[in-house]
Amino acid sequence: MTSVGRLLTARLGISILVLLGVSMLIFAIARVIPGDPARIALGPNATHEQVDKLRADLHLNEPIWKQYGYFLHDLSQGELGQSLYTNRPVTTDIAQFLPATLELIIVAGVLMIGLGLPLGILAAKHQGGTIDNLVRIIALLGVSAPSFVWAVILMLLFAFYLPLFPIAGRIAVEFDVPTITGFLLVDTLLDGQIAAFVDALRHIALPAFALALSGIGQAARLTRANMAETYHSPYIEMARSYGFPEWRIARRYAFKPSLTPSLTIIGLDFAAMLGNAFLVEAIFAWPGLSRYGVAVILRKDLNAIVGTVLIISAAFLIANLVVDLLIALINPRIRYSRGRV
Amino acid sequence: MRRAAHILFSRPLSIAGVVLIGTVILSALFADFIAPFPDHRGTVVDFTNFNQPPGWTNIMGTDLVGRDLFSRILYAFRLSLILGVVVLSIATPVGVAVGLAAGYLGGWVRFVLMRTTDVFLSIPPLVLAMSIMGVLEPTLFNGMIAVTAMWWPWYARLVFNITLVEREEGYVRAAEVIGASRVHILFVEILPNCVPAIITKMTLDLGFVILIASSLSFLGLGVQPPTPDLGSMVAEGARYLPDSWWLTVFPGLAILVAVFGFNLLGDALREILGADL
Repeated sequence: MTSVGRLLTARLGISILVLLGVSMLIFAIARVIPGDPARIALGPNATHEQVDKLRADLHLNEPIWKQYGYFLHDLSQGELGQSLYTNRPVTTDIAQFLPATLELIIVAGVLMIGLGLPLGILAAKHQGGTIDNLVRIIALLGVSAPSFVWAVILMLLFAFYLPLFPIAGRIAVEFDVPTITGFLLVDTLLDGQIAAFVDALRHIALPAFALALSGIGQAARLTRANMAETYHSPYIEMARSYGFPEWRIARRYAFKPSLTPSLTIIGLDFAAMLGNAFLVEAIFAWPGLSRYGVAVILRKDLNAIVGTVLIISAAFLIANLVVDLLIALINPRIRYSRGRV
Repeated sequence: MRRAAHILFSRPLSIAGVVLIGTVILSALFADFIAPFPDHRGTVVDFTNFNQPPGWTNIMGTDLVGRDLFSRILYAFRLSLILGVVVLSIATPVGVAVGLAAGYLGGWVRFVLMRTTDVFLSIPPLVLAMSIMGVLEPTLFNGMIAVTAMWWPWYARLVFNITLVEREEGYVRAAEVIGASRVHILFVEILPNCVPAIITKMTLDLGFVILIASSLSFLGLGVQPPTPDLGSMVAEGARYLPDSWWLTVFPGLAILVAVFGFNLLGDALREILGADL
């Protein structure tokens, strides 16, 4: 097996173990719930017999480790149980709401990388200059307010005072886009509706930017710090003394080694974005996992809570796996070091 | 000490941090004296004066039942600070103990402790706190539990990494050779070397705890009305944008000011204490 393949297998194994741990933790949290989920689901008018029957159907009378066993068994068949809130399988619910959230996070991630890294590189090239100070302030402010505050500010500025972007939702009602992937930006293109694509893009711009803001600052800050350090290293001096053009030094020699820590931060920011998406979605009425997640939490809908958290953690672990893989591809030292995973 | 003061007061950003945090802490401590309408932190209703834009008597305007927004924000600061201090004073010792034990003892202790930490860290923080709040009733106390449960693993990671390095150092080896007990080595030899990093992280984290707690209450999973809370104030006001902009903008800016201040202060401390986070 190649070194990257070996690293990936090891990481994948650990990720699956961690996910199993997450399922145990979240299952334990969900079962210390005060109050009877069956009673909450059926409402105050249900008879004792109905509640008892539902309790039996949900295995609520059995010991917790047995309940966890049932849960794992269902999970191995791709089942997360029935939502007591929507009366549909949790997998169906999540499949309906997840694409909107993922689309938002992916666009935010693209913004974070697409703006954060270039800003960081520029700041490193002009240390102490205007861009450098700007990056510093963006980075500090970006992490200093929750994304719902940025969402409110962006909405006020660019949807109300300067009506450049729509206020809420994913797409204007007049467009009828068939659901193919669930990602509107993809589906509109697959269906050949350019106007709808542009509209969807305008809808996603503000929420994605609000979500990405703290990440943009951090990515830029970190890239700047690493680039600045790399710029002072002897091999860059040497490249310079050979008379290589400055852009080539930046692109070929300074950028790549500076990328590794930035990628790690991007992986962590992805976790933050998975959580913060809940806040941004609430402000922009984005029809994603957020409304569902908050609704099931308020209704103490156990299966749905466990399922939602599990899916979000899986998304996070996959993202980190991708980041690890990218780092291994970039940095041969990590690729060839074994044992420490 | 003089070097510390020099760093703290020689840079505009650190001075700004000190000033911001000083203001926040003082206004939280003396809210009873500063707030123009101290009783407005409770269930006061004044329908003759509701939803007023900022003006002379209500410098940040009034909310939907006529309460002075400025007074409520001062009391919300108090609540946020208490929450932050309580959460960190529980989460830090727990995390530090786990990190020290896992780093020094090794073997199955390390495996169990650090894999447990990994599990906690692989659920996005806000989502973990949300699901805990979902199970518990949304009260201030339970909010503290939820945030504490998601916070200790970060300290475990931090201290674990430092301990891994320190346990190989000569002074630890020397103590081992003399026959010092494990407790002595962990808490008297290794722990002091973790303190700069811990203090720096705690300063930065005070801001982030405020941020996460306000996010929880923004989603309706935290402190309940009528207790003034910055997050729920933003959530409530967001429905009345853009006309009643002051309902969201001022509480939002209040969060920004507090967290920004702790960030600036944390950055300065990082330099003073030479902590590498």
